Amino acid sequence: MATRALVHLPAAIRRGEPFEVRALIAHPMETGHRVDTQGQRLPRDIIRRFEARLDGELVFAADLHPSIAANPYIVFPLVVQAAGTLALSWSGDRGFAHGESVALQPS
Amino acid sequence: MRARLGVALVLVLVLAGAAAQAGPRRSGFDDMSPATQAMQRDDAANPAWLWLKDGEQRFAADCARCHGVERMRGVAARHPAFDARRGRPLTLGERIGICQAENVKGAPLAPESDARLALESYVAHQSRGLPIAPPADARLAPFRERGARLFAQRFGQLDLSCAACHDRRPGQRLAGSVIPQGHPTGYPVYRLEWQGVGSLQRRLRGCLTGIRAEPFDFDSAEITAIELHLMQRAAGMKIETPGVRP
Amino acid sequence: MKRRTLLAAAGAGSLLLVRPALATPEAMRRALAEFAGGAVLREGRVQLEIAALVENGNTVPVTLRMASPMTAADHVRRLALFTERNPDPGVAVFHLGPRNGRAEVATRMRLATSQTVVAAALTSDGTCWTTSVDVLVTLAACVEP
Repeated sequence: MATRALVHLPAAIRRGEPFEVRALIAHPMETGHRVDTQGQRLPRDIIRRFEARLDGELVFAADLHPSIAANPYIVFPLVVQAAGTLALSWSGDRGFAHGESVALQPS
Repeated sequence: MRARLGVALVLVLVLAGAAAQAGPRRSGFDDMSPATQAMQRDDAANPAWLWLKDGEQRFAADCARCHGVERMRGVAARHPAFDARRGRPLTLGERIGICQAENVKGAPLAPESDARLALESYVAHQSRGLPIAPPADARLAPFRERGARLFAQRFGQLDLSCAACHDRRPGQRLAGSVIPQGHPTGYPVYRLEWQGVGSLQRRLRGCLTGIRAEPFDFDSAEITAIELHLMQRAAGMKIETPGVRP
Repeated sequence: MKRRTLLAAAGAGSLLLVRPALATPEAMRRALAEFAGGAVLREGRVQLEIAALVENGNTVPVTLRMASPMTAADHVRRLALFTERNPDPGVAVFHLGPRNGRAEVATRMRLATSQTVVAAALTSDGTCWTTSVDVLVTLAACVEP
């Protein structure tokens, strides 16, 4: 699929006030426990790590396991004091890597 | 003046009677748990938006050269529609596939491919909030009637018809699940059971497999006829695309 | 117990599903202990928001939160989720700090069957708070491709 990820921030962000970042990414999160119609085990293929960096500084991270649902959805809070760039990155099995960047303009 | 009012009143009553079923109509949305309803309502949380956004990009790249997106409003509400050249009704998905092949001349969009579902989701979403409005096209009548007959026909090892569950037993339970009335209000839907987006046709084929019947092929005459009947049965109900279903 | 259940299902003529070995409460306890890393385990304070009755175990929304000033001196360092009966007991570990402003994370998880779900929070003072919720999961009526 062409669209890999969607990031949603509130319309208005205020300095010093926590706001929600909502991140959704397309990924099957194959558990490694499923068996196909021939009886062959489908190998694990999941996103293992999600990171959020504000101007390079790590501000949130998640270690994911197969019990996270397909097309992983993560909502986390953030507080900023100034304008900056929020960089989200996902990485996992089979060299999976994807990044999204959002400019933050707090009022 | 009074005669005309009288005629208008009779017409309204006849049309209301034609559209009504026993009891109020419920979308599958109404039968879902609050958590799943919340997932559909929230555009930022609804996983179907991954496909919809993809559809938006594909539309801009392939379709916008001929179709303004504002003209797509209402299109899903009136499909399946009769195609004069082919002499039969086409579902929205099949029409998109044909347009891609004949006009865009791009990579073919196989039924149920992510690419076709993405475009179908994007186009159908333009009708969100609009009532399902099957065209009053006399040419559709024989196909619609066939769809109604298929809906009432028993199939498969379990010897069940669609009507047996969805007309006569909605609201009752099959194993742990509530049986919905089966209106196509949110398609293509993100179905939790599929962990992905799928079309109404995929859902119909799944149901047929569930009653141990040979499922009709994608884009077949039978499955298009059933879809035509379902849209007529749901006439007036609001489109919800992108829907989420359990 | 599991073998008898499988044989009964086969005898009834229903579709025999091959299920992976489920985790055990013991495996979850070990995963929780590893997460706590020697911290004192206490019940309470961390909240786990999850539906009590789930209509499809493939995608279950869940929210973890804990009241905390989230200052450098006093904050939640980690929020984590565990299950008793999924094949893998650990679901996710979230890393937080004062930059988050609140200790609250939401995600969607899978539940293989009805079971107990546990939320855990590691605080900067070295405590591991836990809370558990029992969830009923209904399985799909029809198995389809």
